[in-house]
Amino acid sequence: MKERKIISVEEFEKKGRRSFLTGLGAATVGVAGITGLNVTPDRRIPSLMRSVMDFNGDLWQALYREQALAPTFDHSEAEDLIFNGRWGVRDDEGEPLPLDLDNYRVEVAGPGDEVLASMTIDEIQELPYEEMTVVHKCVEGWSQKVTWGGTRFSNFAALFPEMMQLPVVGLQTPDNVYHVSLDMDSMLHPQTLIAWDMNREPLTSDHGAPIRLTTPLKYGIKQIKRIGRVQFSEERTLDYWEERGYDWYAGL
Amino acid sequence: MADTLVRNGGATDGPETTLDEPTQVAVEKHPRAIRWMHWLNFPFLSIMIWSGLRIAWASDFRQPRFDEDRFLPESVWQLLDLDRALARGLAFHLSFGWFFVINGVLYATYLAITGEWRTIVPRLQSLKDIPATLLHEMGLKKDAPKTTSQYNVMQQLAYSTVLFLGFIVVFTGFGLFKPTQLSFIIEIFGGYENTRSVHFWTTLSFLAFFLVHIAQVARAGFGTFWAMVTGYQVQDVQALEAKETAEVGK
Repeated sequence: MKERKIISVEEFEKKGRRSFLTGLGAATVGVAGITGLNVTPDRRIPSLMRSVMDFNGDLWQALYREQALAPTFDHSEAEDLIFNGRWGVRDDEGEPLPLDLDNYRVEVAGPGDEVLASMTIDEIQELPYEEMTVVHKCVEGWSQKVTWGGTRFSNFAALFPEMMQLPVVGLQTPDNVYHVSLDMDSMLHPQTLIAWDMNREPLTSDHGAPIRLTTPLKYGIKQIKRIGRVQFSEERTLDYWEERGYDWYAGL
Repeated sequence: MADTLVRNGGATDGPETTLDEPTQVAVEKHPRAIRWMHWLNFPFLSIMIWSGLRIAWASDFRQPRFDEDRFLPESVWQLLDLDRALARGLAFHLSFGWFFVINGVLYATYLAITGEWRTIVPRLQSLKDIPATLLHEMGLKKDAPKTTSQYNVMQQLAYSTVLFLGFIVVFTGFGLFKPTQLSFIIEIFGGYENTRSVHFWTTLSFLAFFLVHIAQVARAGFGTFWAMVTGYQVQDVQALEAKETAEVGK
């Protein structure tokens, strides 16, 4: 057994007072720290935590392996995806927003809002088709396996080769209520799709018809429904949910 | 001071008294590092459990639960401000998680380097003392089995288990944090929902340990609690000497 120090009772009492004051001081600092955290919120959460979120994002992005793929499953395991985000597809009263497929155009822009193309859904659907069954994860904590069908975003981006050098892609719904931006690495990942089929059926309005983004690398909050505008960009823009306290990186 | 003593030389109280063998001394029980790491766990774990509840509260769909209903009474979840607090829950959980992890890694490293782990991890041959220790704890048996550690075998089992639980909660936590990049963790636990369940139930086991721990410390008395604050515990010299003799005699 290890040698234990022995001290007198007087010294012990002195130590007790000192330890008590140290503990009281530490507790005070802790409580003050927690209270002070909320003084300067940054996008709805304490700014210090915003910094840790950014640190977390940078850390996991540094560990990101370009060739690595998220687990895939057999289509037979796919489930009916619940409807959970109305922004961009329904109005504030919960009524479906009108969708005119004949005149639907996806605007593609470069830095400085320079418009590169205005594409129809047919033009996008001519790109190579691919299907994947992956886990769709919500930031609320649930997950479901879903089969997505569409084209890799990298196929779409290849139509604008010089834009693929830029670090960020911003995406918006046609009404611009919902908007996200993602890093180019994630966008060019082979499992990041512009999807128009879900579980081998055409996307429904609630799930983002006519086209939506889907990727197993990010939470559902990044997988925007009903893409109306794609902007290749130098800098990331605020996400809809980031403005409401969530993480921009939101990587899985 | 010395002059005073000389002038008071004739008196028998004074210097002699302090030279007398004291009947009680304080014996070191917990090194400073252990005490800090022990107490820091309290705020860290409280924040982790509270922010974790905010995350668990975010949705009714496929959450780890006891049953289909929300498991806390309305007054409790309103007091804890759980409703519609997912963003803040995530921010706290994924920031303070690092403090809990760092504290745990430092603790494990400290135990390994100093050899203190021997006081916590039970020896194989002491496992046979489990029934006798339990009977003694329940007051059904007078003598406690001899131990080589300051903890009896049941304490050792409890403390090693809680260390293991700490590892599991962090391991599953990383799996849930990065289920794609660290998908091997999710696979070990049989899927995302199962990993969440393990994470959730491990936390509840922590709470169960905490309650038993508090009850046992209360039973053992203030000295045991205060030893984790000061590092020392007062003991009768006689008892201490008797114990030392017994150990030498072994």
